[in-house]
Amino acid sequence: MVDFGGWDMPVQYPAGTIEEHLRTRTHAGLFDVSHMGEIDVRGTGAIDFVNRITSNDVRKLTDGQAQYSALTTPQGTVIDDLLVYRLAADHLLLVVNASTTEKDWEWIKSNTAGESVDLKNVSSDYCQLALQGPDAESILQKLTDVPLAEIKYYHFTPGRVDGVEGIISRTGYTGEDGFEVYAPSDRAEQLWNKILDAGQTGSPTGVIPCGLAARNTLRLEAGMALYGNELDETTTLLEANLGWICKLDKGDFIGREPLARQKEEGVKRKLSGFEVTERGIARDHQDIVIEGQRVGQVTSGSPAPFLKKNIGFAYLPVEYANVGQEIQIDVRGKLVGARVVKVPFYKRPK
Amino acid sequence: MANVPEDLHYSKDHEWVRVEGAEAIIGITDYAQNSLGDVVYVELPKAGDEFAANESFGSVESVKAVSEVFTPVAGAVTQINESLADEPETVNTDPYGAGWMIRVMMSSPGEVDSLLTAAEYEDFTKAETE
Repeated sequence: MVDFGGWDMPVQYPAGTIEEHLRTRTHAGLFDVSHMGEIDVRGTGAIDFVNRITSNDVRKLTDGQAQYSALTTPQGTVIDDLLVYRLAADHLLLVVNASTTEKDWEWIKSNTAGESVDLKNVSSDYCQLALQGPDAESILQKLTDVPLAEIKYYHFTPGRVDGVEGIISRTGYTGEDGFEVYAPSDRAEQLWNKILDAGQTGSPTGVIPCGLAARNTLRLEAGMALYGNELDETTTLLEANLGWICKLDKGDFIGREPLARQKEEGVKRKLSGFEVTERGIARDHQDIVIEGQRVGQVTSGSPAPFLKKNIGFAYLPVEYANVGQEIQIDVRGKLVGARVVKVPFYKRPK
Repeated sequence: MANVPEDLHYSKDHEWVRVEGAEAIIGITDYAQNSLGDVVYVELPKAGDEFAANESFGSVESVKAVSEVFTPVAGAVTQINESLADEPETVNTDPYGAGWMIRVMMSSPGEVDSLLTAAEYEDFTKAETE
């Protein structure tokens, strides 16, 4: 167990990270992600308010739709990345990272002057279980009457799972199809056990409980950013290749101006994916060397169990941030060769 | 419960030593491989490299972490386990056998007497777990 934003979380379950990772890609993995924070926003001004503090366009959402977005600073850097759920025209749910929940909550509250919104930090009311992988739908369907096939990617519906009223969302952080189920926190254990049973855990093709380490390798392989690694208050969305959640023409929002300026001038550095081409594993915070110069650092580096490669992310000066660029990584004093590659590293077969 | 063979010597850094004449074979313990998780990479020195006692001779990497490995006894490396380059997972499946790491010509063979016995190592790991 490790401390993760104040939560005791298992790094891995007995099967181990590699098996957890592979099973999620081939069958299904179950993740307890109850540590994620949830902030409830109600009121006639809910959409306009959240639209002003986040970078994506909240007005594009319909009831039952979710959106990946970011809370931005006045400088256009990232306070947190989050999901915005539209439950109704006057009711949104923001799902934020565990380690940033308090910071986000204070920031959001401090921006409500003159807004017709009612905010509630409901993080401890909810548990969240993520069932991910190609078998996720058939497993979860055994526990609910909600026709899961009708829920499109990044959509959700209120519904019962094993009789427990909650939210069933077709979202995830693994690069696989799958669902995230939000339910009252005192039902976490019941749902956890029922989903494992329904997915025949213990069988070689059944669902497997997954820890934090597999959550990290799966998201990295799928080319997704992790707050605190790829994103923080020194990085902008444009540098992180998240221009697609940065709707500069939606009207004013916090940080819009510097982002618009950066878009016009062009970014100086860009988040790039690389794979190691020599023997060695790149790890977080190691230096990137190009033509003898230290030009950046690895933000996330790890073995990728499904691809069987050693991969990572790093911010590179834009002149080097091109697929095929040869780079070196200072792995504890030894320079190891690597090459910039296309992101995502892994894309699931359709 | 971790497997701790009777006939080996142990370090507090979780290496084991098997004495064969003037040579020592060194690897990491079952307890160590279990706490590391799936081993995906082992970096070893070259034959001929010399190490003082408790000096780092390489590293073992799991998906999540890097751990240095230390020579419990001083000496010169006579052989390394080259099969670990392609099959690092042997460290998990057979830590005291096929998962051995290096063979060292000991410069002061008496050093093994200062290492932990199997019983002492077992107590040591229990105390660490509690």
